[in-house]
Amino acid sequence: MTEQEIRDAVLESLSGVAPELDLSEVEDDTDLRNDLDLDSMDFLNFVIAVSERLGVDVPEADYGRMDTLAKCVEYLRAAQAK
Amino acid sequence: MSAFVMPSLGADMEAGTVVEWLRKVGDTVHHGDVIAVVETHKGAIEVEVFEDGVVEEILVPPGEEVPVGTALAMIGDGSGASAAAAPKAPLPAAAPPMAGEVRRPDVLKVKPKAPVAAEEGRRRVSPYARRRAEALGVDLADVKGTGPGGVVQAVDVEQAAGRARASGREAPAAPPGRRRGFDPEAMRQGIAAAMAKSHREIPHYYLDTTIDMQAAMHWLEAANAERPVAQRLLYATLLIKATALALRKVPELNGFWIDGGARPAERVHIGWAIALRGGGLMAPAIHDADTMSLDALMAAMRDLVARARSGGIRGSEMTDPTITITNLGERGAEAVHGLIYPPQLALVGFGRLAQAPLAIDGAVSVRPVVRASLAGDHRGSDGHSGGLLLAAIDALLQKPEGL
Repeated sequence: MTEQEIRDAVLESLSGVAPELDLSEVEDDTDLRNDLDLDSMDFLNFVIAVSERLGVDVPEADYGRMDTLAKCVEYLRAAQAK
Repeated sequence: MSAFVMPSLGADMEAGTVVEWLRKVGDTVHHGDVIAVVETHKGAIEVEVFEDGVVEEILVPPGEEVPVGTALAMIGDGSGASAAAAPKAPLPAAAPPMAGEVRRPDVLKVKPKAPVAAEEGRRRVSPYARRRAEALGVDLADVKGTGPGGVVQAVDVEQAAGRARASGREAPAAPPGRRRGFDPEAMRQGIAAAMAKSHREIPHYYLDTTIDMQAAMHWLEAANAERPVAQRLLYATLLIKATALALRKVPELNGFWIDGGARPAERVHIGWAIALRGGGLMAPAIHDADTMSLDALMAAMRDLVARARSGGIRGSEMTDPTITITNLGERGAEAVHGLIYPPQLALVGFGRLAQAPLAIDGAVSVRPVVRASLAGDHRGSDGHSGGLLLAAIDALLQKPEGL
């Protein structure tokens, strides 16, 4: 899967959790929890959605490595390559 | 034969509008069935009937705003014997105690608002149907109304959406950036009314305590490590379960202050404060939270959040909470000292999970901690009870495997 496809999957998953988001405003260094105001239930739902889309199991201990869009894409790309 | 009345869905609700009847005259209904959708400032709420019987007469048509306590329909045994005698004015005796100040029916008689089933060109569409159409991406011009006088109802919209799917025509996604399910401005007014009443009438006392969360967080990490992501627990699940169990030990904080007296409740229905994205707040009930497994509780929390945000909360979930829990989660402030939601007797607040130095066995240790607070109604209980409750919550969280 290309980086762009992973990025799209992340953005679509975010949109599912927070439908009112303007995805064009989500930048690489946007902090998903603080800038997008995702609470822990939102973030869990986001991780569930992105795991399902990409077929990657994300351990809870790794949530901290997914706190921006860029880090999310990087983490998921590495996880898929495993 | 009895009247199904406009329920009070909160301390701040005086009137409501039936936007749609989901059952018609002649239908058999059972305790707990959703029979109508009522528009309130908290959005469209699905209201249930609390008896078995047959809908014999519908007294209030969709679109008419009526005071809390007004008979909306008559439920009988199907014979229709006394339908003609059904009172159309609000039944003072039937007004639930949640209503707060029940005013005289003749004063309360609210004039029907501007037509709620608004003209759409020459079409009339119920507000709930309009929202469903927006949610499902259905063009109302394609929908044939089957309600009274050809009004388009939610069921018509859903059928149209079903046809669109069946014919392979993907319904377009709802426009982004639009809030559905509630009107934020109306909800703000509702919160304002309830909180002003709380601050005006309830003499609050406040307590707070710092709880060492190390045992709970270790237990949770280990439990979640073995679970696929979709079955993981949030730490709020532990807080809610611990509070629900602690309330069994301190029942004087679980229940209502009604008519000048404390009325402790036998069951523990936790009102869980849910922030709605884009503003607004509601605290619907997790019924019998003290008896649920953590997995069942987590499932109930997910379901409640989803429905709070999409507009599918039931009337009983609005009226049943016997206490409210507000949890600031992993971000935000260290402590919260909230206002009790009338007519409840108490509110428990949890601040952000944070790292802090604690004195443990004579040495300072950095631990994950949470500040738990209690707001109690001093008419119904004293600080001693509140302290017992917080201590019980603390003790339960030190043994998370028992939750």
